[in-house]
This record gives sequence, C-alpha cells and structure tokens, in this order.
Amino acid sequence: MSKVRYPAKYSALGLIKHGLMKGDWPQVWRHHELKPSYDVVIVGAGVHGLATAYYLAKNHGITNVAILDKGYVGGGGSGRNTSIVRSNYLTPEGVRFYDRSVKLYEGLSADLNFNIMFSQMGHLTLAHNDSSLRTMRWRAEVNKLEGIDSDVIGPDEIKKLVPYMDTSENTRYPIVGALYHPPGGTVRHDAVNWGYARGADIRGCEIHQQTEVQSIETADGRVVAVDTNRGRIATRTVVNCTAGWASLINVMVGLKMPLVTHPLQAAVTEPVKKFLNAVVVSGSLHVYVSQTDRGELVFGASTDPYASYSMRGSLEFTEELAGHVLELMPGIAKMRLLRQWAGLCDMTPDFSPIMGITPVEGFLVDIGWGTYGFKAGPVSGESMAQLIATGTTPENIKAFDLARFPEGRLVGEKGAAAVGH
Amino acid sequence: MIQVPCPWCGPRNSMEFRAVGESKSRPDVATTTPEQWRQYLYTKSNLADWVTETWYHRAGCRRYFAVERHTVTNDIRESRLPAAQLRQKEGSGS
Ligand SMILES: Cc1cc2nc3c(=O)[nH]c(=O)nc-3n(C[C@H](O)[C@H](O)[C@H](O)COP(=O)(O)OP(=O)(O)OC[C@H]3O[C@@H](n4cnc5c(N)ncnc54)[C@H](O)[C@@H]3O)c2cc1C
Ligand SMILES: [Zn+2]
Repeated sequence: MSKVRYPAKYSALGLIKHGLMKGDWPQVWRHHELKPSYDVVIVGAGVHGLATAYYLAKNHGITNVAILDKGYVGGGGSGRNTSIVRSNYLTPEGVRFYDRSVKLYEGLSADLNFNIMFSQMGHLTLAHNDSSLRTMRWRAEVNKLEGIDSDVIGPDEIKKLVPYMDTSENTRYPIVGALYHPPGGTVRHDAVNWGYARGADIRGCEIHQQTEVQSIETADGRVVAVDTNRGRIATRTVVNCTAGWASLINVMVGLKMPLVTHPLQAAVTEPVKKFLNAVVVSGSLHVYVSQTDRGELVFGASTDPYASYSMRGSLEFTEELAGHVLELMPGIAKMRLLRQWAGLCDMTPDFSPIMGITPVEGFLVDIGWGTYGFKAGPVSGESMAQLIATGTTPENIKAFDLARFPEGRLVGEKGAAAVGH
Repeated sequence: MIQVPCPWCGPRNSMEFRAVGESKSRPDVATTTPEQWRQYLYTKSNLADWVTETWYHRAGCRRYFAVERHTVTNDIRESRLPAAQLRQKEGSGS
C-alpha cells in the first residue's frame, strides 16, 4: 500500500488550497507491517478502540500500541449508528459518565483538528402515558441534580419545537409530554472515527485493518500474545473493544459474560429542506427520528427481537418503522426511504457497559455497548487509557465492572436506554 | 425475515414469537448460592454458530419449544418440544 504523508493540520486556507490544486484527500492514517510485539493491543477499530489509543498516546505518552480490526475502521457499529449524543440518563453514575462524553464531544473538533459536526439541536423523548411521564420527571430530577440541562415539557411546547409533530389528542398514542434535553444532538460518526484514527496515528499508534484476532495466548492466568491472520504479536495487555463480537473474543481467554448480540436496524430517507430541529424519540412507538445537515431523515428503532450475528435488514422493520413514524409526523408520508442497514449490538441485562479488568490478567474489556455506545466513545477511551496507564480503575467506570453481575449490583439504565440510544 | 417452524402450528413469521434465549439447565434452587444463581441468570454463551434456544409462540398456540438455529445465517434446522414437555406429554397423554 502507498505511503501516505503525515496529514498536515487542517485549516480553512488549507482546505481551499487543496480543493483548487490537488485531487483526492489522502487516507488520514498509515499502513504498517505488523511488529512482533506491542505494549498494548486493542482489538476493534471502532470509536472505542480508536479513542482508547488516542488518549493512551495523548494523555499518557503510551504509543507502542496496535489497533487491530478484522475489517476496516468504523466497519462495526461505529460506522452504522444514528449518532445520537446525550447525557439525560437515569442513574447518577450513568448521567455523570455520559455527561463527561458530551463535554469531550463539545471540544472534540478542536482537539482532533477534524470537524466532527456536533450539532446540539436538542433531544426530545416523548411520553405517551402517565407512567412514562413519571419516569421522565424522575430522570429530569436526577439530571438536574447532576447539573444537566433537562426538563419535562408539555404538548404545546413540543409543538413549538417540532411544528410537524401530531400533538393532537386524536391519535392512537397521544403525546402527553416529553423530556427535553437541549444539549443533546447528533455528530457525524465517520468524522469521529476518522478523527480519532488520525490523532492516534499522528502520535505513533498503528492501525491495522484486515487483521483478525484468531486466538489469545495466556500463561499462568495472564495474557502473553495474540495470534492473527497476519502473524503472532507478543503483548501483555489486550483490550477487547469489539462490541457485537465481544463474546467471541472473550471466549478466547475462557471467559463468558452477560452479553447477547442483537442486530439493530436503521434507515434514511431522501434529503429534503431542513424542517426538523430536534432529535425526537418515542419509546412507546419504538422509533426515533433526526434530520442530518444534508437533509435526510434518519430513523431508528429497537433491536431485532432475537439474537443474531447477521447484518441483513428486514421488511418487518421498514413496515413497522414507517407506520410508527407516520403516527408522529403524518406530513412526511410521501417521503421515500433511500436505504436501510443493520449493525450488531452487544446487549447486557442492565443496559450498561462492562468496562475494566477481568479475571484474566492483562485482558481488559470495554464492551456491552449495546444500542447506546457511540456517544460514550470519548469518555470510554479516556477512562480505559487511564486504567491501562495507571493500573487503577478510574472512579467514573467503577460501577460498570464485570463483578457487578455475580455480586448482584446491576446498574438499571433500561428506563433511559432501551430505545433512546 | 425468518420463519420459525412451531411444532404445533407449522412455519410462522418470527414476529409471532418471543425468542426467550439460549436453553440452559436450571440449577437446583435448594442448593444454589446467589452467585451461582446470578451466573445462571446472566451469563450467556452468545455463540456465532448452531445454538439450541427456547422460543415462545406468543401470538399462536402460546407454547414453549426448542429451536436449533444458526446465529450467523439464521437458518433453522430443527424445532421440537422441550425435553420437559416431551416427558410431560408422554406422562399425561395430552
Ligand atoms: C443502527 C444502530 C444505531 C445506533 N445508534 C446509536 C446512537 O444513536 N447513539 C449511540 O450512542 N449509539 C448508537 N448505536 C450503538 C453504537 O453504534 C455502538 O455501541 C458503538 O459504535 C460501539 O463501538 P465500538 O467501538 O465498541 O465497536 P464497533 O464499532 O462495533 O467496532 C468493533 C470492531 O471490532 C472488529 N472485530 C470484531 N471481531 C474481531 C476480531 N476477531 N479481530 C479483529 N477485529 C474484530 C469489527 O470488525 C469492528 O470494526 C447504534 C448502533 C446501531 C447498530
Ligand atoms: Zn404455535
């Protein structure tokens, strides 16, 4: 593969110059031969693996790091998600954790020198009955105590924010209120992945695409090497960042965890002029909608109802989705779907991740990201890097340890994460 | 879409069912520790392979049964009554 020059710092002037004088933009990370050993081997080049490498290099000066992916950068959930970023979760530990990620996202374009297009358009979770309204009040109070901008609003205010929404009482599931979270919004997921990849590469970490981990060698209960289709790598630290495939890596060191892989589908319409200025989520209708800067409507739903590693879309999904979206916004009935796709989600029983050390020394996990892990990329990378560099588990991820399952300390984010992502 | 062959109703759209999950044997309640019980409740094999799992025909005969399905292709090669029900069926004759 061709050697790419170190990407220069991006700037408005550089952009104009390149646009006028040169052809394609070069790939922003380089290709390397696989070395026989690395200090840290990260499995999975999604946002979690890439951010972990980036913060290892940036915050801790650890750069002898390989990020391995059996496919390509962002080929997993990180390139397939609907990129909703928010922090209005239900548990205090969840709220604090995701809020750190929102803060990191707010400064990420400047930090990475890569425009991640974070648009904080506001996030609305609709309530269609009294019991969800009650959970939302509860969530709003937890959020406010943690200093998060979050409140319950009524149908009139919803109508002002989203004029196209059917807030009348003559629907099957009338809208009785919403949890409104102004700092929530969307990012451009590819830009986040590529920005972290470039930042890690510039600092000396190596990204190896088409490099599949096939087994992991242990000796005396600790990791000593990983075997790949491109050869063996000696290492004392392996980080599992493979989301939907995480169970298949865990079993290589003899571990089983509370993970079930479910496909999650999404769809996008043809682009139209901007009319939707908030992310709209309805748990009861199992659907959410946002509009991209290009004008396409992005739709998502809940996971497919059975475990699977297949990433095929289904007609049931499209049919149900369309029906439910039209209950919310009947005015868009004539719009056409452009495409639909699926990604794999590693679901845990408490809708919270599994992060940190495991019974196998040197084998760390940052998994269980289910349907909601893209927003957590920055804070997870920062925390995992700190854990690897210092050997102590950072305070903000202690609640997400593996030991919570045998010890019965589940986190309980279902109420805030089941459809909302 | 996948079609699930219910042993009672024949092949039906998967939307009529609830996929209960991988079949495991339930530990003896009288002698298990809380840790073992939680292990049984939460821990999954989550294989990318042929698996044996339990399905429930929610919008049909409302019975539980066992299915052998490949989790990468979603192919189904067998569905049958769960062992416990087979025993019951033979015993009670219903
Ligand atoms: C349709 C959809 C919508 C979503 N919407 C949102 C949302 O709005 N907001 C949100 O926060 N989250 C959302 N998510 C969830 C989010 O996408 C994921 O939680 C997140 O991207 C996980 O990132 P990751 O880096 O952990 O894993 P991934 O991005 O999935 O990367 C894992 C990588 O591991 C690699 N891999 C697997 N096995 C091996 C092996 N043996 N060797 C080497 N490499 C291997 C894969 O090739 C893959 O690239 C959504 C997910 C989907 C599918
Ligand atoms: Zn039946």
